[in-house]
Amino acid sequence: MHIAAFTRSTPDTAAKVWVDDDGAVTWGDIAAVVNPWDEYSLEETIVQATRSGGKSTVIAIGPELHNDALKHSLAMGIQNGLRIDARPADIQDSLVWSALAAAAIHKLADVRLIVFGKESVDVGTDQHGFQLARRLGWTMLSCVSDILAIDDETGIIKVERMLEQGKQTVSAGLPAVISVMKGINEPRYPNFLGIRRAAKAQIPVWTAASMEVEPPAAATTVLAYKNLPAREIETEIIAGQDVDEKAAILAARLFAEKVL
Amino acid sequence: MSVFVWIETFAGQVNASSWEALGAGRRLADDLGVGLTALVFGENAAVIGAAAGQYGAARAVAAADDSLAAYRLEPYAALLTQLVREHRPAVVMAAASSRGRELLASSAADVGAGLISEALDLRVEAGKIIGTRPIYSGKALMEMTSHTATTFVTIRARAFQAWPRQTALSADVSEVGAVLDSEDIGVQIEGFASEIGKVNLSEAAIVVSGGRGMANNPLEAPGLTGGEASIWKAKEGFKNTLQPLADVLGAAIGASRAAVDAGYIPYEHQVGQTGKVVSPDLYIACGISGAIQHQAGMRGSKIIVAINKDAAAPIFKLARYGIVGDLYEAVPALTKALRERLN
Repeated sequence: MHIAAFTRSTPDTAAKVWVDDDGAVTWGDIAAVVNPWDEYSLEETIVQATRSGGKSTVIAIGPELHNDALKHSLAMGIQNGLRIDARPADIQDSLVWSALAAAAIHKLADVRLIVFGKESVDVGTDQHGFQLARRLGWTMLSCVSDILAIDDETGIIKVERMLEQGKQTVSAGLPAVISVMKGINEPRYPNFLGIRRAAKAQIPVWTAASMEVEPPAAATTVLAYKNLPAREIETEIIAGQDVDEKAAILAARLFAEKVL
Repeated sequence: MSVFVWIETFAGQVNASSWEALGAGRRLADDLGVGLTALVFGENAAVIGAAAGQYGAARAVAAADDSLAAYRLEPYAALLTQLVREHRPAVVMAAASSRGRELLASSAADVGAGLISEALDLRVEAGKIIGTRPIYSGKALMEMTSHTATTFVTIRARAFQAWPRQTALSADVSEVGAVLDSEDIGVQIEGFASEIGKVNLSEAAIVVSGGRGMANNPLEAPGLTGGEASIWKAKEGFKNTLQPLADVLGAAIGASRAAVDAGYIPYEHQVGQTGKVVSPDLYIACGISGAIQHQAGMRGSKIIVAINKDAAAPIFKLARYGIVGDLYEAVPALTKALRERLN
């Protein structure tokens, strides 16, 4: 079975992110890494492709920055990488993004399962994956915390999903798009051989034109990026004779704040 | 034209953040000069639809077909898309829960409409909806708008207020059927292990969280050493030190990534960049240093209290109140003090 995962390069999780004087988002000199949620989807793609004796492909849509995430994916053990060249604004708008993503899946022709991480931290949303499933007309299974079975003969996938109210077990027919949660696996660190293989890899670049698709006009526009409002906080370190006195003072403060 | 708000239900009960979505919808509807319609699918739909009148909706569309009894994306999205095509609402809204996010994204793709997800703030300018939403795990904000005739919007829990309840009011309910036949729905629900009764972390008004410091439990771990002893001590601490404080306050239990990765508590409790985002009125961080990844998940909290041995921990920079000391002394003392005051 051919399994595909989509990924992006995003700032390292420890990076400070801010809006500069020109109104652009920046994270200084800190390197871009693979979207943190995608470590789980990439690992699951490798695991499932290996189990089924099939193929794995990682796809990123956007400018060259996203090669970093593709190289990391290849170093982990995904077999093939592919970049769809697009402007940053096209990655932002999920209708444009999903049209390009659907075109890539159609062109690959034999993908039966697409795996996403929970969300992309740069755009702060998971809507891209849902809209890709919709454009393809495939079943969407989100919040997957465990893949219980994939039957290659019948094409039935059975998963456990972690929802707000509990764990749900569902089955559906392939092809399908799934999004996986942290905890579904332990993502591997790339080893030396993987890193060397990834460094040598030539990643093919497709475009809307080469896929013979006319993406729709963007449905949304970003008006402005903004820094978070400063948290003007004066911290009071509670002083007291002993811990009981400190606790009593803190309790009194919390009542006065009317948050209880 | 109107504003549609999907009211999410589970086992015939409304999820509280759906009333917040209805409140946000009511304000948009008033600004746009249009009506507000609640959409309720599944068990109890007509009764809940009528009750939406108490929270600001003039009308409700209820669909109670058996195929809609438990939420599934396919039949719900097919019905929502049909309602949007028929009525061409100006706005379609829902709470940004796991169901709300996938349902609205799917239907927005069906009709080719713009989607503003996880909005923290909404306003109307020259007839356009402008949304403010978090990006980069809440480290920055983005203002965006949509150009399409219908704009889809999901809202963050606790970012908007419900409309003041008026118990005498009732929405005018019209009932509709399902769009998909049962046999055309590919997803079969085979089981559900309910965890109902637990406080939902994302919607909680108070969160008590534990971090790496939970391993400093003075209790002796029976027959265990090293990492195993730390895990045992931290688990005991979550159960017998943090949980009693949470019980007194009606709070949900959160945790830092360090605590989750070390195996002290399951992942569903994780607050932060690769966990949940919370914005309670009160966040009590116990034994959490406050790494930037953790801050991303909790800095929207109204009042932050930090309890930590290390006076230099970054969490104190975010906190309104701090106790520098051992959480295993401070938390039981605070629990006792609050219990006395609350009784």
